[in-house]
Amino acid sequence: MTHRGTRVLHVGSLARVEGEGALHLALAGRTVTGARLAIYEPPRFFEAFLRGRAHTEPPDLTSRICGICPVAYQLSSCRAIEDACGVTVTGQPAALRRLLYCGEWIESHTLHVHLLHAPDFLGADGAVDLARTHRTDVERGLRLKQAGNAILELLGGRAIHPVNVRLGGFHRLPTTAELRPLAEQLRRARDDAQQTVRWVAGFDFPDADCDHDLLALAEPDRYAIESGTPTVMPAPGTTGPARDSDRALPTRTFPLRAFGDHVVEHQVPHSTALHSRLDGRRHLTGPLARYAVSGRLLSPIALQAAQDAGLGDPRQGAVCRNPYRSIVVRAVEVLYAVDEALRIVDAYEPAPSPYVEVPPRAGTGHGATEAPRGLLYHRYTLDPSGTVTDAVLVPPTAQNQGAIEDDLRRQVQSRLDRGDAADAELTALCERAIRNHDPCISCSTHFLDLTVERAGNC
Amino acid sequence: MAPHDRPRPKLAVWKFASCDGCQLTLLDCEDELLALAERLDIAHFLEASSATAPGPYDLSLVEGSVTTAQDVERIHHIRAVSRRLVTIGACATAGGVQALRNYADVAEFQAVVYARPDYVATLATSTPISAHVPVDFELRGCPIDRRQLLEVITAQLAGRTPNVPAHSVCFECKQRGTVCVTVAHGTPCLGPVTHAGCGAICPTYGRGCYGCFGPSDSTNLPAFVPLLHREGMDTLAVVRVLRTFNAAAPEFDTAARKELEP
Repeated sequence: MTHRGTRVLHVGSLARVEGEGALHLALAGRTVTGARLAIYEPPRFFEAFLRGRAHTEPPDLTSRICGICPVAYQLSSCRAIEDACGVTVTGQPAALRRLLYCGEWIESHTLHVHLLHAPDFLGADGAVDLARTHRTDVERGLRLKQAGNAILELLGGRAIHPVNVRLGGFHRLPTTAELRPLAEQLRRARDDAQQTVRWVAGFDFPDADCDHDLLALAEPDRYAIESGTPTVMPAPGTTGPARDSDRALPTRTFPLRAFGDHVVEHQVPHSTALHSRLDGRRHLTGPLARYAVSGRLLSPIALQAAQDAGLGDPRQGAVCRNPYRSIVVRAVEVLYAVDEALRIVDAYEPAPSPYVEVPPRAGTGHGATEAPRGLLYHRYTLDPSGTVTDAVLVPPTAQNQGAIEDDLRRQVQSRLDRGDAADAELTALCERAIRNHDPCISCSTHFLDLTVERAGNC
Repeated sequence: MAPHDRPRPKLAVWKFASCDGCQLTLLDCEDELLALAERLDIAHFLEASSATAPGPYDLSLVEGSVTTAQDVERIHHIRAVSRRLVTIGACATAGGVQALRNYADVAEFQAVVYARPDYVATLATSTPISAHVPVDFELRGCPIDRRQLLEVITAQLAGRTPNVPAHSVCFECKQRGTVCVTVAHGTPCLGPVTHAGCGAICPTYGRGCYGCFGPSDSTNLPAFVPLLHREGMDTLAVVRVLRTFNAAAPEFDTAARKELEP
């Protein structure tokens, strides 16, 4: 009998994710003893240098955390500071914020679906390689991505780090005539998005399951994007206290202002990043969580596409817990975002003023939105002049890291239970497991650079 | 050798401390991406492809600033394997927003963000690529402009100078026919001292330029800063607007320090 002793796999640079990270896997025989998504993205200290800035500045500053989801940062900042100042944005400026965010979902999700994630399922190295065998699919992806960018460019001024967002709304509102050509482009995009759902639904999905608690924002009447209440769907089989341990825990919510009491960040020994735990347990944010929490509120066209794609009917409680199928959920969310963008464009009438004043006052405010890759929370404390005295930013990837590492461990262990595997196969498996979650490693407000090997299981 | 047999120029894209937005600009060339990929060999671009080919590279695009000791070693290696090296964006060209650490106590910054700051390996400064190795061309912007990126890649591969204007944003406002926000509305605007390239987006959207392309080639900050005061900005507001995405660019840095002098 051959028995391989302890071995360590190391992938020095992880491809097709935003930012740069590495992967460590430690095995003792056929047992996984360590699995780690190692982050070597250097820290950029946003939370530190936001202190001392005027309350009007964080939306422009924090957008620079992430070139792929700048709108998520801008709008989480706006919501938190408006909360501190006691201002609520309503009407057309609020609708246009949702439209802008739809643009970001379409752009970011399409980038991930077509250019970064699909190559995993089709044996390609990347989009250019994929275009040799699937040219029409890649071209469709580029067209869809362009539609998302068109929204960002019209409403935000440019696709990366838009300039038109400000506290209270926008610097300038578009005219109805300016929005009209967008509607035509979005109608074509809706066909492309439907086609994309059908395309990815036909991929070959490995069996996988995750039992993380799912955390997403929820709204009473629509799929949560730019606002909502944190809502937790506990893992299946999670039971309450011992006295009623036969009862599964129901879905629960908590007020956003209590976010820091529930999602607690901590620096774990031998890990590379701040991890966070939700009420002491591992959790996942992102498309799977949103679909579980809000799927029933998708538009009819997106609901139908989801069911046709085999995701089940969320109105009947269907939940997708296979991380590989996140590509299908993302494609459904793109379709929803295109459909929702069209609805907002069609209903648009310019408001009398592009923004409401947000006069400073002393206080602490909380803001959370659904970045394409998961829930993004901001908290700011202001002094009476509006100067930021404290800032806390909790990006989705930091929250998801524990879940990603658990997926790594579980999928490698499952593979090894069926027999030994070569390092190359395990490496490829791990890279796929990570890309399932579209991690955004540039969110290095929080990540550390550390080389110590993780000792135990995640 | 028939044209299609000729080896295609090898392009590499590298990342240092940054948000990935300037690399994303390449993927945002939706209409040109596949055509570009036929004309050059994308040999190293981790954000887009798992396949990497070893150097030397005909053109390296570098995003991000140098903030760790390993970065310093890495940029020297990249320079050694690159025939032409072009920086893309404010981080690589001027240290980026993370250069705000240059004006603070980094140990204190670490303590704010991390419970165990001793785990963090970082330099006390964020510096542009040109502080470490010779650079063939610097493309400005936070983020860079897609049209300018395509122009720079094309020019570099053809061996000509990129046609990227060095004048200020004011010229772009005039070209667009945008009414001056300072003259018409008294809005403070960095357009007169900021490098062109974005197409003067902010004034078109009714706000003042906030300098994300860094200083233009012939700035006169000592004459300009009093205008900001005239429009109602106090000393700290002027310092903050100069110390944002291009804080460590020498012209902005000098002007901000002068403002803070007693």
